[in-house]
Amino acid sequence: MRLRPSSLVCLQAVQLMSDYLENALSRGDRRRLERHLEQCTHCNLYLQQMRSTIAASGSVAPDDLAPEALDDLVEIYRAFREETRE
Amino acid sequence: MRMLDGDEIAFTELVKRYQSTLVRVARYYVAGEASAEDVVQDTWIAVLRGLSKFEHRSSFKTWLLRILVNRAKTAGTRERRSIAIDLADPEAVASSRFDEHGAWSEPPVPFTDAIDESLANDKILRLVRQAINRLPDPHRAVVMLRDIEGLSTMEVAELLELSVANVRVILHRGRSRVRSDVEAGMSGGMP
Repeated sequence: MRLRPSSLVCLQAVQLMSDYLENALSRGDRRRLERHLEQCTHCNLYLQQMRSTIAASGSVAPDDLAPEALDDLVEIYRAFREETRE
Repeated sequence: MRMLDGDEIAFTELVKRYQSTLVRVARYYVAGEASAEDVVQDTWIAVLRGLSKFEHRSSFKTWLLRILVNRAKTAGTRERRSIAIDLADPEAVASSRFDEHGAWSEPPVPFTDAIDESLANDKILRLVRQAINRLPDPHRAVVMLRDIEGLSTMEVAELLELSVANVRVILHRGRSRVRSDVEAGMSGGMP
């Protein structure tokens, strides 16, 4: 199969996915990527996985805090309260 | 703000909410978990002291992160650690997964066959969290600020003193790695 000079291969397409989702591609690259996506199920799956990964990141809860770390900060808070009460 | 009125619970909630982000972003500037935690502790003190002057011109989150970055930068300079960002680290997907024409030879493995979607989603969430924690410091800071905390690319660039273009490159690398870790974790089947 002869590739059109402006067409993308999968290897190039995956490099553009994050910028595509950031809406940061040039019009040319965007068009080339969308054209590629129209005919490539694997890259579509890849894009969908990038989307789910980013969406999942948005719902990641903060890591649990070690009780000692929290205690230290509560101490600092109480000291600050004492200080400002004067 | 409530915590100025002596509301310890409000303060505790803020700490629980932001501590892990702050420590990770501090790691962008200072070496070692202990130094990062010191920077974060200083940050909370500065927040308490500065709260009465906080003018709501920015969001609390942005204000908090700016204080952190200022402190971390000072500490980072003391440690004489230069921020080297490797922009030439491995590609989004291992090149071995493509054939000589650049087409997938080992295509992406679906995360789930959706037999139990909520169970699968829990696992994805867990894998994403682990994967982000495993990223190198700059990537982790950028992915956390952009994708977990929801800052704009511009805000991330300003905060970390990077160009927008570099933020995008780092974000791309970080996200790609997280996706590939999730793919690897999910293809092991359900727990």
